[in-house]
Amino acid sequence: MNFSELFELSGLLGRFSPDGKCLALCVQHSLVVRDVSSLQVRQLYTCLDKIQYIEWSSDSLFILCAMYKRGIVQVWSLEQPDWHCKIDEGSAGLVASCWSPDGRHILNTTEFHCSLSLCQLRITVWSLCTKSVSYIKYPKACQQGVVFTKDGRYMAVAERRDCKDFISIFVCSNWQLLRHFDTETQDLFGIEWAPNGCVLAAWDSCLEYKVLLYSLDGRLLSSYRAYEWPLGIKSVAWSPSSQFLAIGSFDEKVRILNHVTWKKITEFEHPATIASKKTIVYKEVEKSPSVETERLSFPPTKALASSLFSTQSKYEISQVPVSLQYIKPVADRANPKVGVGMLAFSADNCFLATKNDSIPNAVWVWDIRRLKLLVVLEQLCPIQGFQWDPRQPRLALCTGTSRVFLWSPAGCVAVQVPGEGDFQIVSLSWHSSGDSMVLLSKDNCCVCYLEREEVK
Amino acid sequence: MGDWKTITVPVLSSDSKNIFQYTSERKRSPTTMNSQVLRLPLPSSKNMHSFFSAFCTEENIEQSIAYIDRELTTLGFPSIYVESKGKELNLISVINCINELLALQHKNLRAQEEVEMQHLKLGSDMDHLQNCYAKLKEQLELSKREIVGLQERDRQLQSKNRNLHQLLKNEKDEVQKLQNIISSRATQYNHDMKRKEREYNKLKDRLRQLVMNKKDKKIAMEVLNYVGRADGKRGAWRTDKTEARNEEEMYKVLLSDYEQRQKQLLVENAELKKVLQQMKKEIISLLPPQKQKPKERSEDGLVLSDLEEDIGELNKENMWELSCETVREQLTNSIRKQWRMLKNHVEKLDNQVSRGHSGAWNEKDVISREDHELETEKLELEIQQCKEMIKTQQQLLQQQLTCDDETTLLLQDCYLLEERERLQEEWRLFQEQKKNFEKERRSFTEAAIRLGLERKAFEEDRGMWLKQQFLSMTADCKHSENVTTPSAFLRSSDQDNWLVKSTSQQRKPPSVLNGPVSAEPCQTSQYITHNSIESKIAGDSMPNLWVESDDKEETGECTKSWEDSGAGTLLCRNLHMEQLP
Repeated sequence: MNFSELFELSGLLGRFSPDGKCLALCVQHSLVVRDVSSLQVRQLYTCLDKIQYIEWSSDSLFILCAMYKRGIVQVWSLEQPDWHCKIDEGSAGLVASCWSPDGRHILNTTEFHCSLSLCQLRITVWSLCTKSVSYIKYPKACQQGVVFTKDGRYMAVAERRDCKDFISIFVCSNWQLLRHFDTETQDLFGIEWAPNGCVLAAWDSCLEYKVLLYSLDGRLLSSYRAYEWPLGIKSVAWSPSSQFLAIGSFDEKVRILNHVTWKKITEFEHPATIASKKTIVYKEVEKSPSVETERLSFPPTKALASSLFSTQSKYEISQVPVSLQYIKPVADRANPKVGVGMLAFSADNCFLATKNDSIPNAVWVWDIRRLKLLVVLEQLCPIQGFQWDPRQPRLALCTGTSRVFLWSPAGCVAVQVPGEGDFQIVSLSWHSSGDSMVLLSKDNCCVCYLEREEVK
Repeated sequence: MGDWKTITVPVLSSDSKNIFQYTSERKRSPTTMNSQVLRLPLPSSKNMHSFFSAFCTEENIEQSIAYIDRELTTLGFPSIYVESKGKELNLISVINCINELLALQHKNLRAQEEVEMQHLKLGSDMDHLQNCYAKLKEQLELSKREIVGLQERDRQLQSKNRNLHQLLKNEKDEVQKLQNIISSRATQYNHDMKRKEREYNKLKDRLRQLVMNKKDKKIAMEVLNYVGRADGKRGAWRTDKTEARNEEEMYKVLLSDYEQRQKQLLVENAELKKVLQQMKKEIISLLPPQKQKPKERSEDGLVLSDLEEDIGELNKENMWELSCETVREQLTNSIRKQWRMLKNHVEKLDNQVSRGHSGAWNEKDVISREDHELETEKLELEIQQCKEMIKTQQQLLQQQLTCDDETTLLLQDCYLLEERERLQEEWRLFQEQKKNFEKERRSFTEAAIRLGLERKAFEEDRGMWLKQQFLSMTADCKHSENVTTPSAFLRSSDQDNWLVKSTSQQRKPPSVLNGPVSAEPCQTSQYITHNSIESKIAGDSMPNLWVESDDKEETGECTKSWEDSGAGTLLCRNLHMEQLP
């Protein structure tokens, strides 16, 4: 495993381009685009303000940089460095900005926009090809309010009109409204397309456990409700095959629905004590560094010094039963730190990684083929994020330390990012080829290259 | 009991007197007036004599005799007067009467004693029963109290239960109430939220109006030049046509998805069908005897199974052509039937197995068990061999480890091992030989013993013959006397004597064994043979020899006991000892 040098970064804004050739990094006002293979700077753009959000267009030709404070979106072209585009939303209050799947339209969600007499949220669709501007009225400001199907043909928008929730489905090619229907939700919280683009899952806010499944043509396929009064859904994820819908909730369980009957197949509990003999518990163990004589000569002195002060860690297999560190949630606080807040399916559908927020140091990996808990990774620090390799069943996770952890069915490793200073990795994202990933800290980032032989 | 008797005897005797007296009185009273007359002076008499002494005096002797006579006659005794002579006493009859009276008294005494005893027994029984009664009464009381206590507890528990039920009901009500409260609050909350949302929107609108009016900033997009679309086409206009096309496309997408899903399901179905078919085949192959039995049983069954078979064939042929709808019922039915058969079969097997376990009359089972045992024995043997192998290997390894440096040593070890094995083989042969030798030696010793016995017999014969000759030559006058006495003795109680001797000797074999055997084993053996033969001869036909062998009687006796108590083996051992190197 190799690591690049550390690059400056702000706002955790480091993104690989969809084609995997470039890496865009933001440093305050400027946007640096580097070549992934050589890490040479390909382009450097300067924006009008501190960049708060960047996004690559699907064809990797353009990058949009959003500056929400100023209400400005700037778009840069990779092929034509001179080309520029600036969208000013004025005082309308820019809330969100994103590319349409074709990479030629930008969807800006604005807050203060007046239509007729009432002031409502509005989505403005700006085209880079024509002068035409489209508006989508009454979008709802929620976590996942605008979603596109994987093939980029359809867009679903959560709407709120007159204190009622609706969903609109648009055709992306000409922004024509295809379907519009109301949902039986109190407060629609999020929507998500199934990867096959035929089923849309919509779920209510955490006050009520409710998942609604709609067909592309707006028919309600099914609705699922596990319980009534306690806090409900916290996270939702589709399996890449669209076969399963995993729902993580505040009761520390993941429920998996199947795509035929839309009924629950199984329930994954996240107890603090793991007793099953079939589960492997990897525990991260810190070990004090030992100064080896061979190492003294080879690395530069700075690195040595830093390695002397930082501790190394490795995984050990704990003997079951294992009790994990459980943080009792404060009962009288809103948004209690309990329940399954993160879940992700591996690219091959075989594994599901989850994190229970009341056991922040552990990642649970479930075997979907057997519907059993396979592995628990117990870390020393709270999990900041994890992501599956897009090509193979391999999970990378970070814990706010200068170490990156990898799990695959073959085993798991903890890798120390070499280098001086404090490099606290709080986020990571894989390259589309699965050969490298970018590790992000608050002020820095680095690219981690994985060798294929090593991982097998 | 002894104590009781000693104490009560005098009391009884005095009592008995009284009783006697009372009985006589009782008997007396109804009889005549005279008795009363007679009795009158009795209590009034003031001398210190007893009642009996006062009864008869010099003066009233006649009357008293008469009185006694009367009494006796009334009691059924013969008259004490001589019948012929009137007033003359018949002494014999008097004595007889007295005797009988005494006997009667004794009898009465005994009876009384018995009665007393019985009385005592009954009294104790009574006591015991009374005790029992008291105890039982106590128990009754106790159990009554217990019952009361239990009833009380039961009542308490019931009341507790009732309370708990009440509590539960209350709790349920409470829960219901709370749920109602929650739901009402939720609806209220939702309503408020909506109101606030509306208010918020209004406020936002107002704010925008206030802000926007002042600095009317233009919302615009500045682009250097418009870029081409990703697909190179121009954007289409929105028309009804496009709408229809969109609709169409959407349905196409949905359709393709459903088609894909259907294909998947078809594949899945096909696979499942395949599995089903295979299972069916396997079941059929498993169940030929099961199927034949019902056929034989009844014609109906035959028809049914035939039908079934037809269906099965039909299924096999058309399985893949027909859709599931039409075949399903037949298929499921046939599968179900076969499954039932299989189940029955398995159950039957289970029963057989259990029966075989309970009673081992199942021959097959026994055989299998034997086989099993044989197998286990074999395996154990193998294990033993393997262990030995391992042991030798380990030894070798150790040796190898100890002298790893030189290969020659290893080779030597190998040779050594070989040699060892050879030696072991030889040792085994040697052992066998030894065993054979032992056997031979034993037979040889037996032969030697036999030879010795024969020799002894011969010697004896010779000795006898010499003695006979000698006796016939020397003593003629002493002959008759010497012969008669022992012979008579012998002839009369010959058998008994032997028996006595043998039994007396059997009781003390150790003392006999100790002396001569340990000291002179050879001699004793000689004695034995000698005496046994001698005795046989003596008992049968040679009484004259008894005197001669008298001095050796003790040893002879002991030898007999030996023979009785299996001394032959001991003898052999002694002889054996002699022969041992």
